[in-house]
Parts: sequence; structure tokens; C-alpha cells
Amino acid sequence: MKHAMVNWMAVPLLVLSMLGVCAGVVHAAPGTAAAVASAPDEAMNKRMMAIATELRCLVCQNQTVADSHADLAVDLRQQILTLLQEGQTDEQVRTFMTDRYGDFILYRPPVDARTSLLWFGPAALAVLGLVGLWWMLRQRSRMPAQAFDPDAPEPTEEGQHHV
Amino acid sequence: MKRFIIPLAVFLVLAVFLAIGLKRDPRLVPSPLIDKPAPAFALPSLQDPSRVLNNGHMKGQVWVLNVWASWCRACREEHPVLIDFARQGLVPLYGLNYKDQRADAQGWLAQHGNPYADSLFDEAGRVGMDFGVYGVPETFVIDKAGKVRLKHVGPVTPQVLQEQLLPLLQQLKGEPT
Repeated sequence: MKHAMVNWMAVPLLVLSMLGVCAGVVHAAPGTAAAVASAPDEAMNKRMMAIATELRCLVCQNQTVADSHADLAVDLRQQILTLLQEGQTDEQVRTFMTDRYGDFILYRPPVDARTSLLWFGPAALAVLGLVGLWWMLRQRSRMPAQAFDPDAPEPTEEGQHHV
Repeated sequence: MKRFIIPLAVFLVLAVFLAIGLKRDPRLVPSPLIDKPAPAFALPSLQDPSRVLNNGHMKGQVWVLNVWASWCRACREEHPVLIDFARQGLVPLYGLNYKDQRADAQGWLAQHGNPYADSLFDEAGRVGMDFGVYGVPETFVIDKAGKVRLKHVGPVTPQVLQEQLLPLLQQLKGEPT
């Protein structure tokens, strides 16, 4: 059964890869110029996607600009590519975005006074909880034994459970 | 009794935070353009393709820029409000026809009425991007110095017009050039 599955999967993959090879040959055929031009494009595309995955799509806010199909996201991806091709740095592209859409477009907003609660709130809460726990345990350890209910007769109860 | 006070306090604080969070509309993103110079633009007029409109044409006056498109459903909702506003003649109202086809946009205005002094024809949406447009319709108020003073996302309702736009426009008109 498992072998059959693998074979079924392998057929389209094989066909696809063959098509890919053919397409590659056809593309490369006109000359080396095309190959040279497409190589940096791929690197550029990678950089573009890396930036786009860090950007929030404002139309569908739970998606990134990289994986949204919204019109605006498509435009923004194209714009990032254009800016990169103009020789702008990743940082300049991000500034381009925040100048227009605000810090909200960044999934990783800058650390400043306004966002400090967002950045340090969870850690502060965790520390607060741990301190509270430590304080409570210390209080309890100092209480006399009479302050607690006597222990239930556990051994017999556990014995019954096990049977 | 005392042992319940802390959990109760924690619960109340959480409840207040969550209630505030629920009431806020996540679609309303504050614009970084407020109090900054409006982005530079030079676009052909929707009605007359040979005429190019740019920031220079608006210099020294308070004006309103409304982003619209013939494919935008909410734009029809605000349209009567805009027509009413234009009729008052308080300040010029310009349109930014965003990612539209010229014929569609012209047909839409012919059918529903044209409140705009003119519309900038932004076929590629590049000027819209400079204005940070993400949800049509959007409305911007620009002052005499060419700075963006208000951005409203979503349709302009009679309430928004009365309570936000008109008072601000009156105030801006009174400011020295």
C-alpha cells in the first residue's frame, strides 16, 4: 500500500521535473545573457519575499504581504521588487512601507516607549507570577503544621485505585 | 473572603482590557501621514487625459481628497453624502480614482452624479500607495500648507461629515495661509 502511494506521487513529480528541465533548456537556449539576467532576479525575489513575510497585509490583516492574494499585497510585492532593483537596501524598503502605512504594517514593530508594553509585557507578567509564587510558597513554608488540614489517608485510597 | 480578592482583581483587569480590545476596530490603522506634507503626485485628470493635476494646483487652499473606484461598493454608500457636501461649496473636493478603468469610472460618475471638481486617474494605484490607501473609500483633508490633517477610512457617513469633516474644514479655512 505504502509503495503504491509513493509510486503514484512519483509519477507527476517526475513529469513536472522533466518539464522543468525542458523549460530550463528552452530558456537557456537563446544565450547566456538571459541566464545572467535571471540569476540576480531570483536572488532579488528571495530578498523581496523575505521582506514581504515580515509585512502585514492591511486588507486581510491575519496574512502577510508574502502570502496574501489581495490586490494591494500583489502591488506591494511588485513595489518591493522595484525598489530593490533600484538598489535600495532592505531597511530602506521597510522605511518606504512604514512611511506610508505606519508601524502597523510591521509584524515586528520597533522597540520604543509606545510598544514597550507589547515587547516586555509578557516577560514582566511571567516574572510577576514567579515572584508571587515564590512569595506564596515562602509564606506557607513558615506556617505551622496546624494551619493545614491533616493529610488524607492516601495509601489505602491509592491501593484501591490501583486494583 | 480575602483569598478571592486577588483573583477577582486580576479577572476585572483582564476583562477591562479585553472589552477595550473588542471595541476597537482593527481595520482603522492610524495614518503616519497626519501633519506631514501630502505625497507629491502628478496624474492625468479622469475627464481630460491631456490635463495633468499635481500638488501645485492645490497650493494655498484647504481641500478634500476622496479615494474612490467604480468597483467599490461602499463608495456608492457615501456618494450621496459627497454630493451633498460638494453642493455646500465649502472647499474643493477632488477624487482619486483608484485602480479603475477610465470608461468604467466615467460611466459611474455619469450614472450616480459627479461631486468632484476633478478626479486624479490613478490606474496603477501608485499614488494611492503613497497615500497609504488600503481600503477604498478613504478621505483625506489637506490644509493650506499642503499637509494632511485628517484621514478617514471607510465611507463618509452624514455623522462623520457633521462631526469630523465640517468642523475641521471650518477651522482650517480660518488658519493663515
